[in-house]
Amino acid sequence: MAIDPRLEAEMARASPPPGPAYQLVEPSPWPIRGAFSALLLASGLILWVYNLIWPPWIVFSLGAVGVAATMIGWWRDVVREGEAHEHTPLTQLSLHYGMLLFIGSEVMFFVAWFWAFFNSALFPGDSIQVVRDKVIGGVWPPQGIETDDPWGLPLLMTAILLTSAAAVTWAHGRLEKGDRRGLKLGLIVGIALGVIFTCVQAYDFTHASFDYSGNIYGAVFFMATGFHGAHVIIGSIFLSVCLLRAFLGQFTPKEHLGLTFAAWYWHFVDVVWLFLFMFVYVWWA
Amino acid sequence: MADATITPGAKPLEPGPLVGWRRYVYATNHKDIGTLYLSFALIASLVGTFLSIAMRLELHEPGLQYFTNPQIYNVFVTAHGLIMIFFVLMPALIGGFGNWMVPIMIGAPDMAFPRLNNLSFWFLVSSFTLFCSSLFFPGAPGSDGAGTGWTLYPLLSTKGHPGPSVDFVILSLHLAGASSILGAINFIATILNMRAPGMTMHKMPLYVWSILITAFLLVLALPVLAGAITMLLVDRNFGATFFNPEGGGDPILFQHLFWFFGHPEVYIMALPAFGIISTVIATFAGKSIFGYLGMVYAMVSIGFIGFIVWAHHMFTVGLNANTQAYFVAASLLIAVPTGIKIFSWVATMWGGSIEFRTPMLWAIGFVFLFTVGGVTGVVLANAGLDRVLHDTYFVVAHFHYVLSLGALFAIFSGWYYWFPKMTGYLLSETIGHIHFWVTFISVNVLFFPQHFLGAAGMPRRIADYPDAFAGWNFVSSLGAYGAACGAVIFFIGMAEAFYRKRPAPANPWGPGATTLEWTLSSPPPYHQFEVQPRIS
Repeated sequence: MAIDPRLEAEMARASPPPGPAYQLVEPSPWPIRGAFSALLLASGLILWVYNLIWPPWIVFSLGAVGVAATMIGWWRDVVREGEAHEHTPLTQLSLHYGMLLFIGSEVMFFVAWFWAFFNSALFPGDSIQVVRDKVIGGVWPPQGIETDDPWGLPLLMTAILLTSAAAVTWAHGRLEKGDRRGLKLGLIVGIALGVIFTCVQAYDFTHASFDYSGNIYGAVFFMATGFHGAHVIIGSIFLSVCLLRAFLGQFTPKEHLGLTFAAWYWHFVDVVWLFLFMFVYVWWA
Repeated sequence: MADATITPGAKPLEPGPLVGWRRYVYATNHKDIGTLYLSFALIASLVGTFLSIAMRLELHEPGLQYFTNPQIYNVFVTAHGLIMIFFVLMPALIGGFGNWMVPIMIGAPDMAFPRLNNLSFWFLVSSFTLFCSSLFFPGAPGSDGAGTGWTLYPLLSTKGHPGPSVDFVILSLHLAGASSILGAINFIATILNMRAPGMTMHKMPLYVWSILITAFLLVLALPVLAGAITMLLVDRNFGATFFNPEGGGDPILFQHLFWFFGHPEVYIMALPAFGIISTVIATFAGKSIFGYLGMVYAMVSIGFIGFIVWAHHMFTVGLNANTQAYFVAASLLIAVPTGIKIFSWVATMWGGSIEFRTPMLWAIGFVFLFTVGGVTGVVLANAGLDRVLHDTYFVVAHFHYVLSLGALFAIFSGWYYWFPKMTGYLLSETIGHIHFWVTFISVNVLFFPQHFLGAAGMPRRIADYPDAFAGWNFVSSLGAYGAACGAVIFFIGMAEAFYRKRPAPANPWGPGATTLEWTLSSPPPYHQFEVQPRIS
C-alpha cells in the first residue's frame, strides 16, 4: 500500500522538511496561450456555424490545435516537475483536492443533463403547456418514439465499462505492489475496453430509431449519453498517457498521482454511465 | 481569529523572477494575478457604468430620446447586468482581493495552483472579448447585440435572436464559468491545505471563510449553468428542442436550471462582501468580531439555503401552489442567518472605539444599504406580493441595494482598506470621505425612488414609460449622475495617491488590524512566508 498522502502531509506539517513546504512554480506561458486558444475555439465555432469566413473551420481548427498544444505543453511541465520530485507532500495533497473538486464540478455538469431528463421523464404531461403536451402526449418516452432494448447493446456497454474499470483498478494495485508488467497489462486492457465502448456507442448512435433534432427525447438522449461518451474518450486518452508514462519507466509504487487521478476519473465516468443505464435506458425504456 | 502572537516568516524584499510585461502575462504570483484581476474589474466597471448612465439618460424623461431603436436599450440592459456581475463584482471580490489576501491571511506563500490561477484570469479576458464581440454581431432582427436580459430566457434567446450575438454571449459565459470553477478549486485547495501550522479552521479570518464558502458555491452552481447554456446553444444551432415546445421541450426547464445557478450566484457576490465588511468593522471598532463562530456558520447556512430557494425567481411562471409555498418558506429562512450577520456587525461596533476612517464609512454604508435591500428581499420572497411586484422597478431597486450598493460598497471598503498594503501608498482620507458621501447620497437618490416606481407598477427593462412615472424617474436619473461624479472622485483619489507617493507603514490602521497581511511590509515581498509562520 502507498502511504496515504493525507498521513504524509500530516507528518510534513508536524515536522516541516528543510526545503520549502510547497512547490512554487516559475512563471509559465501556458495559461495565456490556453486562454487565447480557447477564445479562438469559441469564436471559431460561431464563425463556422454561421459560415462567416472561408474556409469556415479555419479559426476553430487553429483554436483546437492551440488548446491541444497547451494541454500537452502544460502537462509535460507538470510531469517533469513530478519526476524531479518538486511535488512536496503538501503539494501532492493540494493536487488530490484539486482533482476531487474538478470531478465534483463534472458531477454538477451532469446534474444539469439529468435534470433535463427527469423534467421530461417524470413530468411528461403538464396541462398548462399545451403545445408541449400535444407533442409528448403525456407519456415517456414521448409518443411516436421507439427506444432500443436496454438488455441488448446497452447492457453490453455496461459490462464493457465495468470490466474496464476493474482492469484499471487492478493495474493500480499491481503498481503499488511493484509489478510494472501488471500495471501495463491492466492499462492496456482498460484502454482497449474503453475504445471498444466508444465504438459500440458510435454504432448505437448511428442505428438509433429516433433523431437528435426536432424532438425532446433525441435531444436529452444524445446530449446526456453523448457527453458521457466524450468523457469516455477523454478518460481513455488520460489512461493512454498513463500507459505511455508507464512504458517510459515513470510512476513508483508510492508516487503516481497521474495514474491515481486517471483511475478516479475513469470511475467517475463509470458511475455516470450506471445512472444513465439505470434511468435513461432501463427505467424509462 | 489570528489575533494571538504571530511569528512572521517574511523574507526581505526581493525582485520577482521576470520584469516587464512578462511578469504579468506569465504571472504565477498570487499578488500579481490579484492586481491583474483588480485592474480588469476597474476597466470593465467603466464599460458597465457607461451603459447604466446611458440608460438613466434615456429614462430621464418620458419618450424615446437616445434609443430610437428600443431593442438597443434591451442590449444595454443585458450588457450592463452581465458585465457588472461577471466582469466587475466577481473579479474584484473573489479574483482580486481573494487572490491578494487569502494566501497571506492563512500564512501561505502562494495559491495552491499558481498557473491555474493565471489561466482563470486570462479565461476571463477571453470571455470579456467574446462578450464585447457579441455587441457588434446581429442579434434580434434589425439590431446588433443580445437583448435577452442577463437571464437569457428562451424563446427570446432562441427564436427571438436568430443572429450569432447570443452565441457569443453563451460562449463568453462558458469561458467565464470555466474561469470561476478553476479559480474556486484553487481557493478551496489553498484554504483547506495551505494554512500555516496553528491556524485551525476556526481561527481563520472571516474573509477567508467567506471565500471558501463562495468557492464551494461556484464549483456546485456554475457547471449547472454551463449545462443550461449548452442546451441553449444546441437548441439555437443544431436543431435540439430542450426549450422548444414544438419538439416537446420546456422553456421553464431553462428557468429552473438558470436560477439553480442564479440564486447561489447572488451569494457568490454577497458572501465575499460579508467577509470584507467583517474584517473592516472589527478593525475600526478596535474589537474582535462579535460572535465569530455564529458569523462563520451563518455564512455556511446562507450558502446551503442559497441552493434550495431558486424558484422564488419564478413565482409567475405557473408553479403549483405547494411548490410556491415551499419556496416562500425557504426564502424567508435566509433572513435568519443574514440577520445574525447584521446584528453581529452592529454588536461588534457596540461599545467599540470606532474610528471613522474611509474603509469604515463604506462598511457602515454597506450595513445600512444591505439591510434595506434585505428587507425588500423579504417582501419579494412572498409569492402573493411577488405577483404584483415581479418584473417591476421594485425588483430593480431591491437587487441594486444588495448588489450594486451592497457588494460595490464592500469593494470600495476593501479597496480603501487594502490599497496601502497592495501599493505601499496611503490614500487621502479627505478625498475618500468625499467619495463616500457623494456616492452614498447619490445611490440612495438613484435607487430609493425606484421602490416607489415599482410599487406603482412601472415595468423594468423598457426604454419608455407613461408620464405618470416622470417625477421619480427624473430624481433617479439625477442620482445616477451624482454616482458618476462619485466614480470620478474615486479616480482622482487613486491618482492623488500615486502622485503624492505617501509611503504606507506595515500597518496603517493600528492595533485593530489583526490579520496576517498587516505583519508584512507594504507592499509585501514578492514571496511571503516561504518559511511558514506559526500561529499560536
